[in-house]
Amino acid sequence: MSKADAPRLPRIQRRRHFKSLMANAVIMTLAGFAILPLILVFSYIARSGFPALNLDFFYKLPAPAGETGGGMGNAILGSVAMVIMSGVMSIPPGLLCGLYVAEFSHQKLARLLRFVIDLMTGVPSIVIGLFAYAMLVVPLGGFSAWAGSAALGIIMMPIVSRTTEEILRLIPDQLRESGLALGLPRWKVLLRLIMRAGRSAIATGVFLAVARASGETAPLLFTSFNNQYWSKSLSEPIASLPVQIYTYAISPYEEWHRLAWAGSLILVTVVFAINLLSRLLLKRTSN
Amino acid sequence: MQKVSTAVIAAENISAWYGSNRAVIDISLGVNPGEVLALIGPSGCGKSTFLRCLNRMHEEIDHTRSEGRVLYKGEDIYSDDVDPVAVRSCIGMVFQKANPFPTMSVAENVAAGLRLRGGFSRSEIESRVEGALRKAALWEEVKNKLRAPGTSLSGGQQQRLCIARALAVQPEILLMDEPTSALDPISTGRIEELMTELKKSVTIIIVTHNMQQAARISDQTAFFLMGKLVEHGNTEQIFNSPTREETENYISGRFG
Repeated sequence: MSKADAPRLPRIQRRRHFKSLMANAVIMTLAGFAILPLILVFSYIARSGFPALNLDFFYKLPAPAGETGGGMGNAILGSVAMVIMSGVMSIPPGLLCGLYVAEFSHQKLARLLRFVIDLMTGVPSIVIGLFAYAMLVVPLGGFSAWAGSAALGIIMMPIVSRTTEEILRLIPDQLRESGLALGLPRWKVLLRLIMRAGRSAIATGVFLAVARASGETAPLLFTSFNNQYWSKSLSEPIASLPVQIYTYAISPYEEWHRLAWAGSLILVTVVFAINLLSRLLLKRTSN
Repeated sequence: MQKVSTAVIAAENISAWYGSNRAVIDISLGVNPGEVLALIGPSGCGKSTFLRCLNRMHEEIDHTRSEGRVLYKGEDIYSDDVDPVAVRSCIGMVFQKANPFPTMSVAENVAAGLRLRGGFSRSEIESRVEGALRKAALWEEVKNKLRAPGTSLSGGQQQRLCIARALAVQPEILLMDEPTSALDPISTGRIEELMTELKKSVTIIIVTHNMQQAARISDQTAFFLMGKLVEHGNTEQIFNSPTREETENYISGRFG
């Protein structure tokens, strides 16, 4: 509608038009406020971290205190290794658990499991770290990549299970019935038709869990601990990006602070990328 | 009333419950091979539930149960040593709403039953897919887009895709639960034509709310009311000279 027409509109229509504009303005402003912290955080991290980024950062060991240079190669590798291991430990059981809770919701055990998963989602990550410390670190006699991965896995499992369950609940019953009516056993219908029907949405949930695990610090502090060198075995303490950032950030050295910013930038970028990737995947497959 | 002994599938004193609510009451009804049996009656009269008892789909809903026998080629599909999975591979089903498997292409949809069951060679699957699509009168329309998503087809095509999917596993009996109620008249017409063609090889039992449809396509018609079978006979007789007053009232549109 052109501006010239506006004055001739009946009063009520002008009023509606005005109200609509106001509502839009309010919504846009609030949305802006919501995004603002994100933009501020990212731009600050980028500004502080970018100058310290170079190729060395990605493959070199940390330099001894007082020396310049060095990198976080071992922490990056450690994070990647532990996220993969925790994924292997937690994604398959998470998927099956979500499937069970969604598809057999009339069973008492499924309802109980759902409750437990809900509780697990709310457990603070430091508590999960403590649990892994008591169950793995103490009996095994030391910090290890295994213990760190297990702690991350315990954080991922309920996220994977929960998303899987929610996605599967959205899949119409008719699809299950169609599968059964083809003369297929229930387990095949569930694993090969229903899981497949929800696969892209479920993959999004898995990616989000991975992103969450990549950024967790608290559960790693006393499970995988830290290592200034390349770990030679998964039973040794292992460096990880979040813990390395933490260690460097609270140190008194200017050079380490710069590296901590660079590490943060990498971590945030990776988490962003994973999130973005999962959204794209969802969008592409839902079309 | 036809004799139960010649029927390819015959229900004997079937009753079905949802919780404590008895939706189907003591129904005995059979259909001869190569015939189309239409089940008509007002909403909630138990015709869909009865249909679902014929391939043991009723028991897949929580808190349901059924009683009675269903003889398929003389064998009770409810006897203890019968696997419901095997029953459903002989007695297929098409539902009210077309529901292709969403992440599968046209061809994959039709092949789904065979692939997931396993034991079919690639070429065997291919030829069965083509055969089923031809039988469902869909081949000409989709032969160039077999790899397109099944959900990209039009509503009527999707329903024929679902029919093809059910036919691919080569059932002897096809149960259809209001297969055209969500479709426009043209798509409906195509599916009706298709059924007259299909009945040469498959016995069809169809639930329909559309009386003209029942009259057009079926050989036998059964009228259900409040969970009971009121009348069953040749379609012509049911529509022209029903013996029961309720049937006549329903058919002439006085209720339901």
